[in-house]
Amino acid sequence: MKILVCISNVPDTTSKINFTDGDTKFDTNGVQFVINPNDEFGLTRAMWFKEKQGATVHVATVGDASVEPTMRKALAIGADEAIRVNAVPTDGFFVAQQLAEIVKNGGYDLVIGGRESIDYNGGMVPGILASLLDMNFVNTCVKLEIDGDNVTAVREIDGGKETLSTSLPLVVGGQKGLVEESDLKIPNMRGIMMARQKKLSVVEPVEGIKATEDVKFDKPAPKGEIKLVETVDELVSLLHNEAKVI
Amino acid sequence: MSVIVYTESENGKFKKNAFEVASYASEVARQMGTTATAVSINCMENALLGTYGISKVLNVQNEKMKPFNAKAAAEVVSKALEAEGASVVVISSSSDAKYMAPLLSARLKAGYVPNIVAAPESTTPFKIKRTAFSNKGFAHTEIKTDIKILGVSNNAFGTVETPTDASIEDFSISLDAEFKTKSTDIDKVVGKATIADADIVVSAGRGLKGPENWGMIEDLADVLGAATACSKPVSDLGWRPHGEHVGQTGKPVASNLYIAIGISGAIQHLAGVSSSKTKVVINNDPEAPFFKAADYGIVGDAFEVVPELIEKLKEFKAQNS
Ligand SMILES: Cc1cc2nc3c(=O)[nH]c(=O)nc-3n(C[C@H](O)[C@H](O)[C@H](O)COP(=O)(O)OP(=O)(O)OC[C@H]3O[C@@H](n4cnc5c(N)ncnc54)[C@H](O)[C@@H]3O)c2cc1C
Repeated sequence: MKILVCISNVPDTTSKINFTDGDTKFDTNGVQFVINPNDEFGLTRAMWFKEKQGATVHVATVGDASVEPTMRKALAIGADEAIRVNAVPTDGFFVAQQLAEIVKNGGYDLVIGGRESIDYNGGMVPGILASLLDMNFVNTCVKLEIDGDNVTAVREIDGGKETLSTSLPLVVGGQKGLVEESDLKIPNMRGIMMARQKKLSVVEPVEGIKATEDVKFDKPAPKGEIKLVETVDELVSLLHNEAKVI
Repeated sequence: MSVIVYTESENGKFKKNAFEVASYASEVARQMGTTATAVSINCMENALLGTYGISKVLNVQNEKMKPFNAKAAAEVVSKALEAEGASVVVISSSSDAKYMAPLLSARLKAGYVPNIVAAPESTTPFKIKRTAFSNKGFAHTEIKTDIKILGVSNNAFGTVETPTDASIEDFSISLDAEFKTKSTDIDKVVGKATIADADIVVSAGRGLKGPENWGMIEDLADVLGAATACSKPVSDLGWRPHGEHVGQTGKPVASNLYIAIGISGAIQHLAGVSSSKTKVVINNDPEAPFFKAADYGIVGDAFEVVPELIEKLKEFKAQNS
Protein backbone atom coordinates (compact mmCIF):
# COMPACT_ATOMS: atom_id res chain seq x y z
CA MET A 1 0.00 0.00 0.00
CA LYS A 2 1.24 3.45 -0.89
CA ILE A 3 0.13 6.18 1.49
CA LEU A 4 0.37 9.94 1.15
CA VAL A 5 -0.10 12.05 4.26
CA CYS A 6 -0.88 15.70 3.58
CA ILE A 7 0.75 17.92 6.14
CA SER A 8 -0.19 21.46 6.93
CA ASN A 9 2.44 23.64 8.56
CA VAL A 10 0.59 25.66 11.21
CA PRO A 11 1.36 28.03 14.08
CA ASP A 12 1.75 26.15 17.34
CA THR A 13 -1.50 26.17 19.28
CA THR A 14 -0.31 28.53 21.96
CA SER A 15 0.92 31.16 19.48
CA LYS A 16 -0.25 34.71 19.87
CA ILE A 17 -2.20 35.72 16.81
CA ASN A 18 -1.29 39.05 15.24
CA PHE A 19 -1.59 40.61 11.80
CA THR A 20 0.67 42.92 9.80
CA ASP A 21 0.58 44.99 6.60
CA GLY A 22 -2.59 46.82 7.60
CA ASP A 23 -4.12 43.61 8.99
CA THR A 24 -3.88 41.83 5.66
CA LYS A 25 -1.27 39.22 6.64
CA PHE A 26 -0.67 36.81 9.48
CA ASP A 27 2.31 37.93 11.52
CA THR A 28 4.77 35.03 11.69
CA ASN A 29 7.12 36.94 13.97
CA GLY A 30 8.14 34.77 16.91
CA VAL A 31 5.69 32.06 15.92
CA GLN A 32 6.71 28.42 16.18
CA PHE A 33 5.35 26.24 13.37
CA VAL A 34 4.31 22.62 13.83
CA ILE A 35 2.61 19.74 12.06
CA ASN A 36 -1.14 20.44 12.15
CA PRO A 37 -2.48 18.35 15.08
CA ASN A 38 -5.19 16.65 12.98
CA ASP A 39 -2.54 15.67 10.40
CA GLU A 40 -0.29 14.29 13.12
CA PHE A 41 -2.96 11.77 14.09
CA GLY A 42 -3.14 10.78 10.40
CA LEU A 43 0.62 10.49 10.09
CA THR A 44 0.77 8.26 13.14
CA ARG A 45 -1.98 6.02 11.74
CA ALA A 46 0.00 5.81 8.47
CA MET A 47 3.08 4.71 10.46
CA TRP A 48 0.93 2.04 12.09
CA PHE A 49 -0.03 0.68 8.65
CA LYS A 50 3.62 0.76 7.65
CA GLU A 51 4.69 -1.20 10.71
CA LYS A 52 1.79 -3.66 10.94
CA GLN A 53 0.63 -4.21 7.36
CA GLY A 54 3.49 -2.95 5.24
CA ALA A 55 3.20 0.39 3.47
CA THR A 56 5.28 3.15 1.97
CA VAL A 57 4.50 6.52 3.53
CA HIS A 58 5.14 9.81 1.79
CA VAL A 59 4.24 13.25 3.09
CA ALA A 60 3.36 16.28 1.00
CA THR A 61 3.06 19.96 1.85
CA VAL A 62 2.25 23.04 -0.17
CA GLY A 63 4.49 25.84 1.04
CA ASP A 64 7.66 27.85 0.56
CA ALA A 65 11.06 26.75 1.87
CA SER A 66 10.12 27.82 5.41
CA VAL A 67 7.96 24.68 5.83
CA GLU A 68 10.91 22.30 5.48
CA PRO A 69 11.64 21.91 9.22
CA THR A 70 8.06 20.66 9.68
CA MET A 71 8.55 18.20 6.81
CA ARG A 72 11.83 16.99 8.31
CA LYS A 73 9.93 16.36 11.52
CA ALA A 74 7.44 14.19 9.62
CA LEU A 75 10.41 12.30 8.13
CA ALA A 76 11.92 11.91 11.60
CA ILE A 77 8.66 10.41 12.81
CA GLY A 78 9.14 7.78 10.12
CA ALA A 79 7.77 8.89 6.74
CA ASP A 80 9.92 7.60 3.88
CA GLU A 81 9.91 10.57 1.57
CA ALA A 82 8.63 14.14 1.45
CA ILE A 83 7.37 16.30 -1.40
CA ARG A 84 6.99 20.04 -1.20
CA VAL A 85 4.97 22.01 -3.70
CA ASN A 86 6.75 25.30 -3.97
CA ALA A 87 3.86 27.71 -3.58
CA VAL A 88 2.25 29.78 -0.85
CA PRO A 89 -0.90 27.93 0.23
CA THR A 90 -3.33 30.77 -0.40
CA ASP A 91 -6.64 28.92 -0.29
CA GLY A 92 -7.97 25.42 0.21
CA PHE A 93 -9.08 24.86 -3.36
CA PHE A 94 -5.65 25.79 -4.68
CA VAL A 95 -3.90 23.51 -2.17
CA ALA A 96 -6.19 20.58 -3.03
CA GLN A 97 -5.41 21.02 -6.74
CA GLN A 98 -1.67 20.91 -6.06
CA LEU A 99 -1.96 17.81 -3.90
CA ALA A 100 -4.21 16.16 -6.51
CA GLU A 101 -1.37 16.46 -8.99
CA ILE A 102 0.98 14.67 -6.59
CA VAL A 103 -1.51 11.90 -5.94
CA LYS A 104 -2.10 11.43 -9.67
CA ASN A 105 1.61 11.19 -10.39
CA GLY A 106 2.43 9.08 -7.34
CA GLY A 107 -0.24 6.39 -7.63
CA TYR A 108 -1.25 6.44 -3.96
CA ASP A 109 -3.88 4.03 -2.61
CA LEU A 110 -4.61 5.98 0.53
CA VAL A 111 -4.36 9.71 1.16
CA ILE A 112 -4.70 11.00 4.71
CA GLY A 113 -5.20 14.64 5.56
CA GLY A 114 -6.55 16.37 8.64
CA ARG A 115 -10.19 17.20 9.25
CA GLU A 116 -9.10 20.83 9.25
CA SER A 117 -5.97 22.85 9.81
CA ILE A 118 -5.87 24.94 12.96
CA ASP A 119 -4.86 28.15 11.17
CA TYR A 120 -7.53 28.87 8.58
CA ASN A 121 -9.87 26.05 9.70
CA GLY A 122 -11.05 25.49 6.13
CA GLY A 123 -11.79 21.78 6.41
CA MET A 124 -11.93 21.35 2.66
CA VAL A 125 -8.62 20.10 1.30
CA PRO A 126 -9.15 16.31 1.66
CA GLY A 127 -12.70 16.45 0.29
CA ILE A 128 -11.87 18.60 -2.73
CA LEU A 129 -8.85 16.41 -3.43
CA ALA A 130 -10.99 13.25 -3.29
CA SER A 131 -13.57 14.75 -5.59
CA LEU A 132 -11.03 16.03 -8.13
CA LEU A 133 -9.53 12.54 -8.35
CA ASP A 134 -12.81 10.65 -8.02
CA MET A 135 -11.51 8.77 -4.99
CA ASN A 136 -13.70 7.67 -2.09
CA PHE A 137 -13.79 10.04 0.85
CA VAL A 138 -14.40 9.75 4.58
CA ASN A 139 -14.34 12.90 6.68
CA THR A 140 -13.90 13.35 10.46
CA CYS A 141 -12.49 9.84 10.48
CA VAL A 142 -11.82 8.36 13.92
CA LYS A 143 -11.13 4.75 12.99
CA LEU A 144 -9.63 3.20 9.89
CA GLU A 145 -9.12 -0.50 9.14
CA ILE A 146 -7.88 -1.76 5.78
CA ASP A 147 -8.03 -5.33 4.52
CA GLY A 148 -6.85 -5.66 0.92
CA ASP A 149 -8.91 -3.05 -0.91
CA ASN A 150 -11.72 -3.12 1.61
CA VAL A 151 -11.98 -0.35 4.13
CA THR A 152 -14.00 -0.01 7.30
CA ALA A 153 -14.00 3.51 8.61
CA VAL A 154 -15.77 5.21 11.47
CA ARG A 155 -16.56 8.88 11.26
CA GLU A 156 -17.74 11.22 13.96
CA ILE A 157 -21.25 12.58 13.41
CA ASP A 158 -23.19 15.07 15.52
CA GLY A 159 -24.19 13.10 18.58
CA GLY A 160 -22.42 9.86 17.75
CA LYS A 161 -20.52 7.77 15.24
CA GLU A 162 -21.20 6.22 11.87
CA THR A 163 -19.47 3.15 10.48
CA LEU A 164 -18.86 3.19 6.74
CA SER A 165 -17.70 0.53 4.36
CA THR A 166 -15.73 1.69 1.37
CA SER A 167 -12.72 0.77 -0.70
CA LEU A 168 -9.32 1.98 -1.82
CA PRO A 169 -8.35 4.32 -3.37
CA LEU A 170 -9.51 6.49 -0.51
CA VAL A 171 -8.99 9.95 0.93
CA VAL A 172 -9.48 10.44 4.65
CA GLY A 173 -10.02 13.64 6.64
CA GLY A 174 -8.62 12.46 9.95
CA GLN A 175 -8.64 13.63 13.52
CA LYS A 176 -8.02 12.51 17.08
CA GLY A 177 -9.30 8.97 17.49
CA LEU A 178 -7.45 7.65 14.42
CA VAL A 179 -4.80 6.89 17.01
CA GLU A 180 -4.69 7.53 20.71
CA GLU A 181 -2.90 10.58 21.98
CA SER A 182 -0.37 8.33 23.68
CA ASP A 183 0.57 6.78 20.32
CA LEU A 184 1.80 10.07 18.88
CA LYS A 185 5.51 9.79 18.23
CA ILE A 186 8.13 12.24 19.33
CA PRO A 187 11.08 12.01 16.95
CA ASN A 188 14.14 10.48 18.62
CA MET A 189 17.75 11.26 17.81
CA ARG A 190 18.08 8.33 15.41
CA GLY A 191 14.93 9.42 13.58
CA ILE A 192 16.21 12.98 13.32
CA MET A 193 19.58 11.79 11.95
CA MET A 194 17.89 9.49 9.45
CA ALA A 195 15.50 12.22 8.33
CA ARG A 196 18.48 14.23 7.08
CA GLN A 197 19.27 11.51 4.56
CA LYS A 198 15.72 11.09 3.31
CA LYS A 199 14.50 12.50 0.04
CA LEU A 200 12.71 15.83 0.15
CA SER A 201 11.76 16.79 -3.37
CA VAL A 202 10.49 20.16 -4.47
CA VAL A 203 8.02 20.46 -7.32
CA GLU A 204 6.66 23.58 -8.95
CA PRO A 205 2.92 24.28 -8.66
CA VAL A 206 0.47 23.69 -11.47
CA GLU A 207 -1.94 26.32 -12.66
CA GLY A 208 -5.01 26.27 -10.45
CA ILE A 209 -8.17 28.10 -9.47
CA LYS A 210 -7.79 30.54 -6.61
CA ALA A 211 -11.30 30.36 -5.30
CA THR A 212 -11.08 32.62 -2.27
CA GLU A 213 -8.82 35.28 -0.84
CA ASP A 214 -8.56 36.55 2.73
CA VAL A 215 -8.48 40.28 2.23
CA LYS A 216 -8.37 41.41 5.84
CA PHE A 217 -8.12 40.03 9.35
CA ASP A 218 -9.12 41.24 12.76
CA LYS A 219 -9.37 39.97 16.30
CA PRO A 220 -12.35 39.57 18.58
CA ALA A 221 -13.04 42.58 20.80
CA PRO A 222 -11.38 42.20 24.22
CA LYS A 223 -13.61 40.49 26.71
CA GLY A 224 -15.28 42.45 29.46
CA GLU A 225 -14.53 41.63 33.08
CA ILE A 226 -15.94 38.43 34.47
CA LYS A 227 -18.63 38.75 37.11
CA LEU A 228 -17.62 36.66 40.08
CA VAL A 229 -20.54 35.63 42.25
CA GLU A 230 -20.57 34.34 45.79
CA THR A 231 -23.76 32.34 45.77
CA VAL A 232 -25.55 29.96 43.48
CA ASP A 233 -28.76 31.99 43.88
CA GLU A 234 -27.02 35.01 42.45
CA LEU A 235 -25.76 32.97 39.50
CA VAL A 236 -29.22 31.63 38.67
CA SER A 237 -30.65 35.12 38.88
CA LEU A 238 -27.96 36.58 36.57
CA LEU A 239 -28.40 33.78 34.04
CA HIS A 240 -32.12 34.45 33.98
CA ASN A 241 -32.37 38.22 34.24
CA GLU A 242 -29.13 39.50 32.74
CA ALA A 243 -27.82 36.92 30.29
CA LYS A 244 -31.34 35.64 29.55
CA VAL A 245 -30.09 32.15 28.80
CA ILE A 246 -32.33 30.20 31.17
CA MET B 1 -30.06 33.82 -9.85
CA SER B 2 -31.74 32.58 -6.69
CA VAL B 3 -29.94 31.43 -3.56
CA ILE B 4 -30.06 27.72 -2.72
CA VAL B 5 -30.10 26.56 0.87
CA TYR B 6 -29.55 22.97 1.93
CA THR B 7 -31.87 22.31 4.88
CA GLU B 8 -31.12 19.23 6.95
CA SER B 9 -33.71 16.98 8.51
CA GLU B 10 -33.85 13.81 10.52
CA ASN B 11 -36.72 11.33 10.72
CA GLY B 12 -38.87 13.65 8.60
CA LYS B 13 -38.34 16.69 10.82
CA PHE B 14 -36.08 19.67 10.27
CA LYS B 15 -33.00 19.97 12.41
CA LYS B 16 -32.69 23.19 14.37
CA ASN B 17 -29.96 24.47 12.06
CA ALA B 18 -32.32 24.24 9.04
CA PHE B 19 -34.21 27.34 10.17
CA GLU B 20 -31.01 29.23 10.85
CA VAL B 21 -29.54 28.53 7.40
CA ALA B 22 -32.94 29.32 5.83
CA SER B 23 -32.94 32.69 7.62
CA TYR B 24 -29.40 33.31 6.47
CA ALA B 25 -30.18 32.39 2.86
CA SER B 26 -33.17 34.75 2.89
CA GLU B 27 -30.90 37.57 4.03
CA VAL B 28 -28.35 36.80 1.28
CA ALA B 29 -31.19 36.70 -1.27
CA ARG B 30 -32.49 40.03 -0.01
CA GLN B 31 -29.05 41.59 -0.41
CA MET B 32 -28.80 40.20 -3.94
CA GLY B 33 -32.33 41.22 -4.89
CA THR B 34 -33.45 37.65 -5.48
CA THR B 35 -35.26 34.81 -3.72
CA ALA B 36 -34.18 31.80 -1.68
CA THR B 37 -34.99 28.20 -2.62
CA ALA B 38 -34.52 25.35 -0.18
CA VAL B 39 -33.44 21.83 -1.02
CA SER B 40 -35.17 19.57 1.47
CA ILE B 41 -34.46 15.85 1.57
CA ASN B 42 -36.88 13.33 3.03
CA CYS B 43 -38.59 15.91 5.20
CA MET B 44 -42.32 15.99 5.96
CA GLU B 45 -42.70 19.56 7.20
CA ASN B 46 -41.52 21.66 4.26
CA ALA B 47 -44.13 24.39 4.64
CA LEU B 48 -42.40 25.53 7.85
CA LEU B 49 -39.58 27.03 5.79
CA GLY B 50 -41.89 29.81 4.58
CA THR B 51 -41.68 31.30 8.06
CA TYR B 52 -37.99 32.02 7.47
CA GLY B 53 -38.38 33.70 4.11
CA ILE B 54 -38.00 30.72 1.77
CA SER B 55 -40.15 31.18 -1.30
CA LYS B 56 -39.69 27.78 -2.91
CA VAL B 57 -38.93 24.35 -1.51
CA LEU B 58 -37.56 21.60 -3.71
CA ASN B 59 -38.92 18.51 -2.04
CA VAL B 60 -36.72 15.47 -2.57
CA GLN B 61 -38.04 12.11 -1.39
CA ASN B 62 -35.51 9.42 -2.07
CA GLU B 63 -34.88 6.20 -0.16
CA LYS B 64 -31.29 6.12 -1.42
CA MET B 65 -30.61 9.21 0.68
CA LYS B 66 -31.43 7.45 3.97
CA PRO B 67 -29.16 7.71 5.84
CA PHE B 68 -27.15 10.75 4.75
CA ASN B 69 -24.64 10.17 1.99
CA ALA B 70 -22.26 13.06 1.32
CA LYS B 71 -21.73 12.32 -2.36
CA ALA B 72 -25.43 11.90 -3.04
CA ALA B 73 -26.24 15.10 -1.17
CA ALA B 74 -23.62 17.00 -3.20
CA GLU B 75 -25.17 15.64 -6.37
CA VAL B 76 -28.71 16.66 -5.39
CA VAL B 77 -27.65 20.16 -4.35
CA SER B 78 -25.68 20.75 -7.54
CA LYS B 79 -28.61 19.59 -9.68
CA ALA B 80 -30.93 21.92 -7.76
CA LEU B 81 -28.50 24.76 -8.33
CA GLU B 82 -28.49 24.06 -12.04
CA ALA B 83 -32.29 23.80 -12.20
CA GLU B 84 -32.69 27.13 -10.42
CA GLY B 85 -29.83 28.92 -12.14
CA ALA B 86 -28.55 29.81 -8.68
CA SER B 87 -25.10 31.14 -7.85
CA VAL B 88 -24.99 30.85 -4.05
CA VAL B 89 -25.41 27.78 -1.85
CA VAL B 90 -25.92 28.15 1.91
CA ILE B 91 -25.21 25.22 4.23
CA SER B 92 -24.84 24.69 7.97
CA SER B 93 -21.82 23.69 10.05
CA SER B 94 -23.09 20.23 10.95
CA SER B 95 -20.70 17.35 10.45
CA ASP B 96 -22.82 16.18 7.50
CA ALA B 97 -22.73 19.61 5.86
CA LYS B 98 -18.97 19.85 6.37
CA TYR B 99 -18.61 16.39 4.83
CA MET B 100 -20.60 17.38 1.76
CA ALA B 101 -19.23 20.91 1.26
CA PRO B 102 -15.83 20.12 -0.29
CA LEU B 103 -17.38 17.56 -2.63
CA LEU B 104 -19.82 20.22 -3.79
CA SER B 105 -17.03 22.76 -4.05
CA ALA B 106 -14.97 20.55 -6.36
CA ARG B 107 -17.99 19.60 -8.43
CA LEU B 108 -19.10 23.19 -8.99
CA LYS B 109 -15.59 24.71 -9.05
CA ALA B 110 -16.97 26.94 -6.33
CA GLY B 111 -15.20 28.80 -3.55
CA TYR B 112 -16.33 27.47 -0.17
CA VAL B 113 -16.09 29.53 3.00
CA PRO B 114 -16.91 27.78 6.28
CA ASN B 115 -17.38 29.20 9.80
CA ILE B 116 -19.23 32.32 8.65
CA VAL B 117 -20.42 34.50 11.51
CA ALA B 118 -22.33 37.34 9.82
CA ALA B 119 -24.37 38.26 6.76
CA PRO B 120 -22.22 39.11 3.70
CA GLU B 121 -20.39 42.43 3.94
CA SER B 122 -20.99 42.92 0.23
CA THR B 123 -22.22 40.72 -2.60
CA THR B 124 -20.25 42.46 -5.39
CA PRO B 125 -17.48 41.57 -4.72
CA PHE B 126 -18.72 38.76 -2.49
CA LYS B 127 -17.16 39.37 0.94
CA ILE B 128 -17.86 37.47 4.06
CA LYS B 129 -16.65 37.39 7.69
CA ARG B 130 -15.61 34.09 9.22
CA THR B 131 -13.60 32.84 12.16
CA ALA B 132 -9.98 31.74 11.71
CA PHE B 133 -7.07 30.65 13.89
CA SER B 134 -9.35 28.49 16.01
CA ASN B 135 -11.54 31.43 16.94
CA LYS B 136 -8.61 33.67 17.86
CA GLY B 137 -9.24 35.86 14.81
CA PHE B 138 -11.64 36.74 12.02
CA ALA B 139 -10.91 36.71 8.32
CA HIS B 140 -12.78 38.81 5.79
CA THR B 141 -12.79 36.57 2.76
CA GLU B 142 -13.58 37.37 -0.83
CA ILE B 143 -15.03 34.56 -2.92
CA LYS B 144 -13.80 34.86 -6.48
CA THR B 145 -15.63 32.08 -8.27
CA ASP B 146 -19.00 32.44 -10.02
CA ILE B 147 -20.63 29.96 -7.66
CA LYS B 148 -20.20 30.45 -3.94
CA ILE B 149 -20.72 28.06 -1.04
CA LEU B 150 -21.37 29.62 2.35
CA GLY B 151 -21.05 27.55 5.53
CA VAL B 152 -22.78 29.33 8.41
CA SER B 153 -21.51 28.79 11.97
CA ASN B 154 -24.04 27.41 14.42
CA ASN B 155 -25.94 30.06 16.36
CA ALA B 156 -24.04 32.90 14.68
CA PHE B 157 -26.91 34.39 12.71
CA GLY B 158 -29.89 32.98 14.56
CA THR B 159 -33.37 32.51 13.16
CA VAL B 160 -35.22 35.45 11.66
CA GLU B 161 -38.90 35.18 10.85
CA THR B 162 -39.91 36.78 7.54
CA PRO B 163 -43.12 34.94 6.67
CA THR B 164 -43.40 34.11 2.96
CA ASP B 165 -45.71 31.84 1.00
CA ALA B 166 -43.46 28.92 0.21
CA SER B 167 -44.37 26.91 -2.87
CA ILE B 168 -43.42 23.27 -2.59
CA GLU B 169 -42.31 21.44 -5.71
CA ASP B 170 -41.35 17.82 -5.97
CA PHE B 171 -37.81 17.54 -7.20
CA SER B 172 -37.15 14.05 -8.34
CA ILE B 173 -33.75 13.22 -9.62
CA SER B 174 -32.10 9.98 -10.50
CA LEU B 175 -28.82 9.76 -8.73
CA ASP B 176 -26.31 8.65 -11.30
CA ALA B 177 -23.27 8.58 -9.10
CA GLU B 178 -22.25 5.19 -7.84
CA PHE B 179 -22.09 5.44 -4.07
CA LYS B 180 -19.16 3.33 -3.06
CA THR B 181 -19.08 4.64 0.49
CA LYS B 182 -21.94 3.08 2.40
CA SER B 183 -23.18 3.50 5.91
CA THR B 184 -23.33 0.19 7.77
CA ASP B 185 -24.10 1.35 11.28
CA ILE B 186 -25.07 4.52 13.11
CA ASP B 187 -24.45 4.72 16.81
CA LYS B 188 -26.11 7.84 18.05
CA VAL B 189 -27.67 8.98 21.26
CA VAL B 190 -31.35 9.59 20.55
CA GLY B 191 -33.63 11.93 22.38
CA LYS B 192 -30.77 13.87 23.97
CA ALA B 193 -29.37 17.22 22.97
CA THR B 194 -26.08 16.96 21.07
CA ILE B 195 -23.13 19.29 21.47
CA ALA B 196 -23.65 20.49 17.91
CA ASP B 197 -27.13 21.86 18.34
CA ALA B 198 -27.76 22.20 22.05
CA ASP B 199 -28.61 25.67 23.38
CA ILE B 200 -26.87 24.82 26.62
CA VAL B 201 -23.76 22.69 27.12
CA VAL B 202 -22.56 21.49 30.52
CA SER B 203 -18.91 20.53 30.39
CA ALA B 204 -16.52 19.14 32.96
CA GLY B 205 -12.80 18.56 33.20
CA ARG B 206 -10.17 16.73 35.13
CA GLY B 207 -11.22 18.63 38.24
CA LEU B 208 -14.04 16.09 38.57
CA LYS B 209 -11.44 13.49 39.63
CA GLY B 210 -13.04 10.45 38.00
CA PRO B 211 -15.85 9.10 35.79
CA GLU B 212 -17.85 8.06 38.86
CA ASN B 213 -18.51 11.73 39.55
CA TRP B 214 -20.25 12.45 36.26
CA GLY B 215 -23.68 11.70 37.70
CA MET B 216 -24.01 15.27 38.94
CA ILE B 217 -22.91 16.64 35.56
CA GLU B 218 -25.63 14.60 33.86
CA ASP B 219 -28.17 15.71 36.44
CA LEU B 220 -27.27 19.32 35.86
CA ALA B 221 -27.56 18.80 32.09
CA ASP B 222 -30.96 17.14 32.58
CA VAL B 223 -32.37 20.07 34.53
CA LEU B 224 -31.18 22.48 31.84
CA GLY B 225 -32.05 20.31 28.82
CA ALA B 226 -28.36 20.56 27.99
CA ALA B 227 -25.80 18.39 26.23
CA THR B 228 -22.80 17.11 28.18
CA ALA B 229 -19.20 17.70 27.13
CA CYS B 230 -15.70 17.42 28.55
CA SER B 231 -12.09 18.54 28.21
CA LYS B 232 -9.54 16.53 26.27
CA PRO B 233 -7.74 14.75 29.11
CA VAL B 234 -11.10 13.49 30.33
CA SER B 235 -11.78 11.73 27.03
CA ASP B 236 -8.12 10.63 26.76
CA LEU B 237 -8.47 8.99 30.17
CA GLY B 238 -11.58 7.22 28.95
CA TRP B 239 -13.83 8.86 31.55
CA ARG B 240 -16.09 10.10 28.78
CA PRO B 241 -16.54 9.24 25.07
CA HIS B 242 -14.30 10.98 22.52
CA GLY B 243 -17.34 12.58 20.90
CA GLU B 244 -17.81 14.78 23.97
CA HIS B 245 -14.34 16.29 23.87
CA VAL B 246 -14.54 19.99 23.18
CA GLY B 247 -11.79 22.20 21.81
CA GLN B 248 -9.34 22.67 19.05
CA THR B 249 -8.81 18.96 18.47
CA GLY B 250 -12.35 18.12 19.54
CA LYS B 251 -15.77 19.55 18.85
CA PRO B 252 -16.57 23.22 18.55
CA VAL B 253 -19.37 24.52 20.74
CA ALA B 254 -21.46 27.52 19.77
CA SER B 255 -24.19 27.33 22.38
CA ASN B 256 -26.00 30.15 24.14
CA LEU B 257 -24.70 28.96 27.51
CA TYR B 258 -21.54 26.97 28.24
CA ILE B 259 -20.92 25.89 31.82
CA ALA B 260 -17.33 24.76 32.47
CA ILE B 261 -16.82 22.81 35.68
CA GLY B 262 -13.34 21.87 36.89
CA ILE B 263 -11.80 22.87 33.54
CA SER B 264 -8.68 25.02 33.66
CA GLY B 265 -9.36 26.85 30.40
CA ALA B 266 -6.22 26.01 28.45
CA ILE B 267 -6.00 27.86 25.15
CA GLN B 268 -6.75 24.67 23.18
CA HIS B 269 -9.96 24.18 25.12
CA LEU B 270 -11.01 27.81 24.78
CA ALA B 271 -10.51 27.59 21.00
CA GLY B 272 -13.52 25.33 20.86
CA VAL B 273 -15.84 27.31 23.09
CA SER B 274 -15.20 30.94 22.31
CA SER B 275 -18.20 31.16 19.98
CA SER B 276 -20.51 30.34 22.86
CA LYS B 277 -22.45 33.39 23.94
CA THR B 278 -22.44 33.17 27.74
CA LYS B 279 -19.76 31.23 29.58
CA VAL B 280 -19.90 30.25 33.21
CA VAL B 281 -16.94 28.79 35.07
CA ILE B 282 -16.92 26.86 38.32
CA ASN B 283 -13.40 26.20 39.56
CA ASN B 284 -11.69 26.07 42.95
CA ASP B 285 -8.58 27.81 41.66
CA PRO B 286 -9.12 31.58 41.33
CA GLU B 287 -6.08 31.69 39.04
CA ALA B 288 -7.54 29.25 36.50
CA PRO B 289 -7.25 30.87 33.05
CA PHE B 290 -10.93 30.17 32.34
CA PHE B 291 -11.85 33.03 34.69
CA LYS B 292 -10.36 35.41 32.12
CA ALA B 293 -12.50 34.03 29.32
CA ALA B 294 -15.85 33.63 31.05
CA ASP B 295 -18.78 35.94 31.76
CA TYR B 296 -19.74 34.59 35.17
CA GLY B 297 -17.75 32.61 37.67
CA ILE B 298 -17.88 30.96 41.03
CA VAL B 299 -14.65 30.20 42.83
CA GLY B 300 -15.53 27.04 44.68
CA ASP B 301 -15.44 23.30 44.95
CA ALA B 302 -17.44 21.65 42.18
CA PHE B 303 -18.58 18.95 44.59
CA GLU B 304 -20.34 21.58 46.66
CA VAL B 305 -21.40 24.07 44.01
CA VAL B 306 -22.86 21.70 41.43
CA PRO B 307 -25.32 19.83 43.70
CA GLU B 308 -26.52 23.16 45.05
CA LEU B 309 -26.87 24.56 41.54
CA ILE B 310 -28.98 21.55 40.54
CA GLU B 311 -31.32 22.13 43.48
CA LYS B 312 -31.64 25.87 42.83
CA LEU B 313 -32.32 25.31 39.14
CA LYS B 314 -35.01 22.78 39.97
CA GLU B 315 -36.65 25.37 42.22
CA PHE B 316 -36.27 28.01 39.52
CA LYS B 317 -37.86 25.68 36.94
CA ALA B 318 -40.75 24.88 39.23
CA GLN B 319 -41.44 28.58 39.78
CA ASN B 320 -41.11 29.54 36.14
CA SER B 321 -42.89 26.71 34.37
C1 LIG C 1 -2.02 20.26 20.31
C2 LIG C 1 -2.93 20.25 21.50
C3 LIG C 1 -4.30 20.22 21.31
C4 LIG C 1 -5.17 20.21 22.42
N1 LIG C 1 -6.51 20.19 22.20
C5 LIG C 1 -7.37 20.27 23.25
C6 LIG C 1 -8.77 20.31 23.06
O1 LIG C 1 -9.28 20.25 21.93
N2 LIG C 1 -9.57 20.39 24.16
C7 LIG C 1 -9.08 20.43 25.42
O2 LIG C 1 -9.87 20.49 26.37
N3 LIG C 1 -7.76 20.38 25.64
C8 LIG C 1 -6.89 20.28 24.59
N4 LIG C 1 -5.55 20.21 24.83
C9 LIG C 1 -5.11 20.05 26.22
C10 LIG C 1 -5.10 21.35 27.00
O3 LIG C 1 -3.85 21.98 26.80
C11 LIG C 1 -5.28 21.08 28.51
O4 LIG C 1 -4.35 20.13 28.94
C12 LIG C 1 -6.67 20.59 28.90
O5 LIG C 1 -7.68 21.39 28.33
C13 LIG C 1 -6.81 20.58 30.41
O6 LIG C 1 -8.00 19.94 30.77
P1 LIG C 1 -8.68 20.19 32.19
O7 LIG C 1 -8.90 21.63 32.34
O8 LIG C 1 -9.85 19.28 32.31
O9 LIG C 1 -7.60 19.62 33.23
P2 LIG C 1 -6.57 20.35 34.19
O10 LIG C 1 -5.64 21.21 33.43
O11 LIG C 1 -6.04 19.28 35.03
O12 LIG C 1 -7.46 21.30 35.06
C14 LIG C 1 -8.41 20.88 35.97
C15 LIG C 1 -9.05 22.11 36.61
O13 LIG C 1 -9.97 21.68 37.55
C16 LIG C 1 -9.87 22.48 38.72
N5 LIG C 1 -10.35 21.68 39.84
C17 LIG C 1 -9.74 20.65 40.46
N6 LIG C 1 -10.50 20.17 41.46
C18 LIG C 1 -11.62 20.92 41.48
C19 LIG C 1 -12.80 20.93 42.27
N7 LIG C 1 -12.98 20.06 43.27
N8 LIG C 1 -13.74 21.86 42.03
C20 LIG C 1 -13.58 22.76 41.04
N9 LIG C 1 -12.51 22.80 40.25
C21 LIG C 1 -11.54 21.88 40.46
C22 LIG C 1 -8.41 22.85 38.79
O14 LIG C 1 -8.24 24.03 39.52
C23 LIG C 1 -8.04 23.01 37.33
O15 LIG C 1 -8.25 24.35 36.91
C24 LIG C 1 -4.66 20.22 23.74
C25 LIG C 1 -3.28 20.25 23.92
C26 LIG C 1 -2.42 20.28 22.83
C27 LIG C 1 -0.95 20.34 23.08
